[in-house]
Amino acid sequence: MTKEIGKIFYIGMLKDNPVYRQILGICSALAVTNLMINSLFMSLGLIFVASFSSLTVSMIRQHIPRHIRMMVQTLIISAYVIIVDIILRAYFPSMSIALGPYVGLIITNCIIMGRCESFAQNNKPLASFFDGMAAGLGYMTVLLTVAFFREFLGFGTIFGIAVVGDWWTNWIFMIMPPGAFFMLGILIWVANSFIPTKEQDKEIEIKPIDINKASQETVVPGGAN
Amino acid sequence: MSDINPLVILMASIFTNNMILSNFLGMCSFIAVSNEIKTSIGLGQAVTFVLGATSIINYIIYKYLLVPYNLEYLRYIVFIITIAAFVQLVEMVVERYAPTLYYSLGIFLPLITVNCAILGVSLFMIIRSYSLIQSFFFGIGSGLGWTLAIVAMAGIKQKIKNSPIPKGLQGPGITLIITGLMALAFIGFSGIVKI
Repeated sequence: MTKEIGKIFYIGMLKDNPVYRQILGICSALAVTNLMINSLFMSLGLIFVASFSSLTVSMIRQHIPRHIRMMVQTLIISAYVIIVDIILRAYFPSMSIALGPYVGLIITNCIIMGRCESFAQNNKPLASFFDGMAAGLGYMTVLLTVAFFREFLGFGTIFGIAVVGDWWTNWIFMIMPPGAFFMLGILIWVANSFIPTKEQDKEIEIKPIDINKASQETVVPGGAN
Repeated sequence: MSDINPLVILMASIFTNNMILSNFLGMCSFIAVSNEIKTSIGLGQAVTFVLGATSIINYIIYKYLLVPYNLEYLRYIVFIITIAAFVQLVEMVVERYAPTLYYSLGIFLPLITVNCAILGVSLFMIIRSYSLIQSFFFGIGSGLGWTLAIVAMAGIKQKIKNSPIPKGLQGPGITLIITGLMALAFIGFSGIVKI
């Protein structure tokens, strides 16, 4: 069981990372990455929603009629997003304002729906919980990487703390939308060049991912390299 | 309530506050469907229609059903249900009257439900406290802006089909870089109107 969970995390975070491999959930990955602190809170929210909605979907999967399952999944996800939203507004009001509508947009984040649909639908609750968490952590890795470069180059700070002296000229461009697109594009390039795809290394594959692989190909044509 | 002219909101949401290029919403289908100009136009029309309609429906529900009973926190669930129901309706209409478009859009028609641009517009109009007419123009403008971006992208993608792109950058990577360049170009509009 421990080994299996290790594989789930390895695949979810690195090999089959939802952002640079499956090109899912990039809306928020682009929008909140101007500051690292925003990315951190956004990722924590997403990890919470992804893991618990996978758990819930997996627990009640035998009782959901197949043709309304999308609707049920959306409702489960929305319920968890409401929890995140309320917690943010109660304890971190400034963060709630900074993230704006993007907290609510976790509902339409394809990562969560993708994991519910491809993994939680066919697997045991605990494995699904960790699978959702792994996808969330993969998302977090990418967000923090992109945010690190954007905040460092754009403001000369990391988590709001100045790390360079007065000689530094801020690249205002990195804070603006085009900077986000370029940064993520470059990250995908680097990831595709240095991290082997699933096709290149078969050994690591475990069973449930087969189903997932098939569904990815239909959802995102040309997405998985 | 903000008192911006609805036409200003329309222009702003098409050019300066474009859904894709400055708010990063609706990226998934933007990257996946932008291979053919014809399909892009079809999807753009569907998105614009759904946006215009759901912005009105959601506004009315929010203003007259949720606010009076202090149920604002339920807005995520209510908005997503409205959108899902409306997309289902559009899907049935398109299947009945435009079967060719229906088959060319395939899976992406139901996926409009989870297109963040749609939910994003509904959430933005609440945060910015627009009036009914402003919300409607905001919805239509965002849809048109989204269509503009995806059609432009489809055109560019057809041009670069045979270009020698580095292997790791092919597909989504190059699409993002091109989108970045488009966003740079659209920044040029930013002086025109502000919302």
